Amino acid sequence: MTELVPSYASPTGQEIVFLLLGVMAVGSALLVVTTRQLVHAALWLVVCLGALAGCYLVLTAEFVAWVQVLIYVGAVVVLLLFGIMLTRAPIGRAADLDSGNRVVAAVVAIATAVVLVTVVVDGFRTAYAPLDPGAGSAKEIGATIFRNWVLPFEALSILLLAALIGAIVISRTDIRGRG
Amino acid sequence: MHVVYPAIVSALLFSIGVYGVLARRNTILVLMSVELMLNAVNLNLVVFDVWLRDRLHGGQVLTLFVIVIAAAEVGLGLAIVLALYRNRQTVDLDRLRALAEPPSGPGTGAPANPGTTPETGAETPVPVPGASRSGEESSGAAPRSGAGPDSGATRAGAERGSGLGGADNGGRDRAGGGSGRSRRGGVPPDEPERTVRVEEAP
Repeated sequence: MTELVPSYASPTGQEIVFLLLGVMAVGSALLVVTTRQLVHAALWLVVCLGALAGCYLVLTAEFVAWVQVLIYVGAVVVLLLFGIMLTRAPIGRAADLDSGNRVVAAVVAIATAVVLVTVVVDGFRTAYAPLDPGAGSAKEIGATIFRNWVLPFEALSILLLAALIGAIVISRTDIRGRG
Repeated sequence: MHVVYPAIVSALLFSIGVYGVLARRNTILVLMSVELMLNAVNLNLVVFDVWLRDRLHGGQVLTLFVIVIAAAEVGLGLAIVLALYRNRQTVDLDRLRALAEPPSGPGTGAPANPGTTPETGAETPVPVPGASRSGEESSGAAPRSGAGPDSGATRAGAERGSGLGGADNGGRDRAGGGSGRSRRGGVPPDEPERTVRVEEAP
């Protein structure tokens, strides 16, 4: 696992593809939090999540990648766009999307990034994960979910049902409280 | 693949999400930043699963669970944002200060201020009177109630937000009493009227 570490000077093709996708994800994430147009933020979020799905594919987690595309890009972003539409947010350039504490937020975020990156580089400099395809296929993940993770899976389905009912109850206006 | 690369990407994504949560004003943008942070965690889970060759595939299964929980979170969060927009006509986090401390210092009116504000703080964010009132409104108008709850709600929201000032006030006044007046004055001055509306609602 950590015995033979290939040098960082000669990256493999997988690493190059991963780094390109990672740069894409980080760049579009920066645009999500800095753009002045609300709808563009949601669309840059699509780019970011799609690049992350590509990262999962490179890391041989195929099933997670397709679930990411289906749920995040397909459902969550559409839900966010509906939220933007229903709250009649300002479409087009709006100057007041940022609150007054941008500088403090930037300082906190840069401090977080510096701490995390230094700790991670220090801790995992010698870690190397050889990629062999097929380890994250739908067959493997399905077998392990329904063999080892059945109880969390069922609990999660109940949580999803509760969240769905809660969202309906909150957002409908013709359901009265008791009394 | 070196584990450092995905770990660095994930750390950068997480701090970008932190910046977005702290710096953005619109609630939906804050939800998007939360999604960024959750995705950073997901990338970490996947890469450590691949690195450690987990026989139970705990990392990838947990990633799937996190994705599902994030979907539920976004659904609930947007429902809350819509309820907030229906009651306050804003989703800016800076202007939702009903539970904030009173701006006047505790030295001057220390016994008076805590006497009034906790009451009103408990009274103001009540969503039930506004919700039930708009429910009466939508059931009172025959074609709107026939069109189904969702389209009725969205049409009511569209009507309400159609103009920023005047038309909006008109719609609210037609709907019920002095809520137009209560919305005009921002959060602190409308508290007595809100209590009046709470009394007349049942």
